[in-house]
Amino acid sequence: MSLLWLRFALGCYFIGLVYAFVALTRTSDLFSRIALHAASLGMVFHFVSLTELFLSGHVVWASVHNGESLLAFLSMSFFMLIYAIYQTTSPGVVVFPVVFFLTFVAALDEQPVLLTQFVSHKGWLAAHIFLIFIGYAALLVSFGASLLYLLQERRLKAKKSTSLISFLPALEVIDQIGYRSLLLGFPFMTLGLLTGSVVAISAYGHLDFLDPKILLSVLMWVVYMVMVFTRWNSGWRGRRAAFLATFAFVAALAAWAANYFSAIHRFAAS
Amino acid sequence: MRFQLIGVNHKSAPLELRERLAIPESRLPDTCRDLTAYPGIEEGMVISTCNRVEIVAHTTNGHADLRGFLHDHFHLTAAELDAHLYEFREKDAVRHLFRVASSLDSMVVGEAQILGQVKEAYATARAVGAVRGQLDQLFSRAFAVAKRVRSETAVGSSSVSIASVAVELAKKIFGTLEGKTVFIVGAGKMSELAARHLMAHGCASIFVANRTYDRAIGLAQKFNGQAIKFEDLYNTCDRADIVITSTGAPHAIFRREHGEQFLSRRKNRPMFFIDIAVPRDVSPEMGKLDGIFTYDIDDLQQAVSSHVADRRKEAELAEAIITSEVERFEARLHTLDVVPTIVSLQDHLETIRQAEIDRVRGRMGHLTPEQEMAVEALTRGIINKVMHTPITTLKTAAKESEATTVVDVVRRLFNLHDKEATPPEKKSEVETRQ
Repeated sequence: MSLLWLRFALGCYFIGLVYAFVALTRTSDLFSRIALHAASLGMVFHFVSLTELFLSGHVVWASVHNGESLLAFLSMSFFMLIYAIYQTTSPGVVVFPVVFFLTFVAALDEQPVLLTQFVSHKGWLAAHIFLIFIGYAALLVSFGASLLYLLQERRLKAKKSTSLISFLPALEVIDQIGYRSLLLGFPFMTLGLLTGSVVAISAYGHLDFLDPKILLSVLMWVVYMVMVFTRWNSGWRGRRAAFLATFAFVAALAAWAANYFSAIHRFAAS
Repeated sequence: MRFQLIGVNHKSAPLELRERLAIPESRLPDTCRDLTAYPGIEEGMVISTCNRVEIVAHTTNGHADLRGFLHDHFHLTAAELDAHLYEFREKDAVRHLFRVASSLDSMVVGEAQILGQVKEAYATARAVGAVRGQLDQLFSRAFAVAKRVRSETAVGSSSVSIASVAVELAKKIFGTLEGKTVFIVGAGKMSELAARHLMAHGCASIFVANRTYDRAIGLAQKFNGQAIKFEDLYNTCDRADIVITSTGAPHAIFRREHGEQFLSRRKNRPMFFIDIAVPRDVSPEMGKLDGIFTYDIDDLQQAVSSHVADRRKEAELAEAIITSEVERFEARLHTLDVVPTIVSLQDHLETIRQAEIDRVRGRMGHLTPEQEMAVEALTRGIINKVMHTPITTLKTAAKESEATTVVDVVRRLFNLHDKEATPPEKKSEVETRQ
């Protein structure tokens, strides 16, 4: 049943996906409203799906599909939070496709793929997943904002912004969205990694820093920290910030992908 | 539909004439009353703004002498006035009014003020009873159309002077201008104007630097700002978010190294340079820095003209909306035109039915309630069947141009002519009731 709701949500997110592509070429106020409503409706379905999963008692957050679903939901929540503050749907250009992809993968199959090893600290594990996912969602939004910043900067520099209304908010607003998500995400990411270490140590007795999962996670965290620091210290934005954000995002993707070849963080069919 | 519209606007008449025709607000109610008292006019109202004076009327026969009214009212001769007048009837009058309300006929296409002015004129005329059924419908529709044009096209979304383009660009960079600082380098008329626009949009403080310090002080005082000695320009400039520069310097005074210096002191917060000097004050090299946005006079000019072109494109869209709205309005009015006929047809047949029942009741003797009801149902059923086709035909015809012919035929067939023909006043009541 939970999967059915998720598929409904997927349908709604599909409209968001279409919006993401259309918004880059032309501006339509009506369409962005439609996309927003579709996304909200999708979130309702998604929430129902997650709640049902939770109530069913079979909740296995440590499974790939449920994890992806949760991450997509958190990213959407982030998007909505930004909409509530800044009244702009433009981050959707980046957020919608990612959310759609995550939901799509999660909605494919009922069979949860589980972490292989037995974990005794269920609470710590849940905390780890929640915290790190909020961090991921913030990173995603921040990455999206830095791309939008570049786009808007280029438009302004090209001096040929012919369209009367642009779907992009003002440069400083985009900058603020990116920076605030970065600041918000950083503590979550840090705590997420710490709780993850606690879980790993309790399971294995030590941390193997050469394991690709841990190595990439640490790398991602370092880039994240560099981003926050350069921004705070010398106000890096525009091209340099976008470069860092892309790097952090790729590192995050790599850390996620490492699940498939890490010795300690491996998923397997249940 | 017997609408008539006559008037002058900024295109048809020179300012001197428009001045003589302009009606001050205080005299509008009287003018409306005079208008409705004029022969042949049922309802009327006057729109008087600095760019136009127009009279809109619903007339008894569609051929009221509105020109005559203008001549009488303004004491102008036909020779003085007529060459500048435009006059529209029926559908064309509706279209013109829709265009006016949607700001497509304005001097600055898309400006928002006109709708407010038309609404005020409407309220005034309505208050004195000069606007009732027909014009009421027309204007309610016009306001809805204006709203539609505004929300579905971008015709009113941006402004077209250099100063306002500068403001708009600044907003694209900074979002809000609230609390931003402006720096004027080289006091001049144009930079003063741009600064005034920026301040009006919320910029908080202003610096002025000029080769002649006294002029800097003079301009700074106007804006309650601070005058800066020209030597201190590079040390203070980074405090400004927006720099308007228009010096007569033969070379660029802002070069790449200055830009780098500003940015590092500002922690890379963006800066917007409005360079209206010729030759340019900001070197193109500096404009390439991340975080520095430079618009020179040509760029601004281009932005202005691209906006004008955009508006033209949007205006075409708006015209299409108006065309379809005029059609819709016309169709609705026609539908209303057949309603009185349908009502009187129903009344007519109902009278016959009642009379016939009364006539035969004596012969039938006492009827039980059931029989009574059966008779009712039977007779009603018959007349409903009979009426069905004429009514459908009337309703269909309403949407076509043949409406009047069909109405005529039905009236003649059922002899609705003499006793039931609704006089105009009553007709409009019927319409409002519907």
